[in-house]
Amino acid sequence: MPETKKFLYVNRKAPYGTIYALESLEVVLIGAAFEQDVSLAFLDDGVYQITKGQNTKDIGMKNFSPTYKALGDYDVNKIYVEQESLDARGLTLDDLLPLTWEDEDDDWAEKESIKVISAAEMAKIMEQSDVVFSF
Amino acid sequence: MALEVGGKSIETDEEGYLENRDEWDIEIAKAIAVAENLEMSDSHWEVVNFLREYYEEYQIAPAVRVLTKAIGKKLGKDKGNSKYLYELFPYGPAKQACKIAGLPKPTGCV
Repeated sequence: MPETKKFLYVNRKAPYGTIYALESLEVVLIGAAFEQDVSLAFLDDGVYQITKGQNTKDIGMKNFSPTYKALGDYDVNKIYVEQESLDARGLTLDDLLPLTWEDEDDDWAEKESIKVISAAEMAKIMEQSDVVFSF
Repeated sequence: MALEVGGKSIETDEEGYLENRDEWDIEIAKAIAVAENLEMSDSHWEVVNFLREYYEEYQIAPAVRVLTKAIGKKLGKDKGNSKYLYELFPYGPAKQACKIAGLPKPTGCV
């Protein structure tokens, strides 16, 4: 068995306008096949990636936000959102997609994936990760 | 590449996945199945329909591991295992069933 590494994907950009958000999501889903320990972080404008009610009709792009809800199926269930970034944008946890996962070892109980944490806690999580991908 | 169905030419990519998902219908699905050498039974359609619903909800075609787990949850443990799914779709349940369902190649399929 190869050693499991802690991967952290850091998302800082708005969902549309650049390709970063979509590319990051794809890399996460592809990487999930390799059974590593995967966490996601959303900060700065990256918090908009997981807001509810996205509508891309007028910009001619696919609204890929429903795909974040599949992360739980891919065993990606550690999603950290920075409190300060939410505050600066007038957002709260209620504005974010309800991202959950089902715990197979707990009779498929539905559990929350999102944890809102402070910038200081975020720094610790980055420090503890073996590999950090910045998008 | 293209697929001839009912006198119409349907564009596919080099691996046989539909270029335009909106063109999909049951006749096209049957034509893709023939090209894949698959005889479609109710069990095959069950998986194909499941994938279309999954795509509708999440906007992705799931990787095989995710598909297996999700099928097990929805249709029962006897169907949510690789043996059952590979018997239906010998060249890979996610790949072949997605192709027949008119979906892109599964995300996380390497």
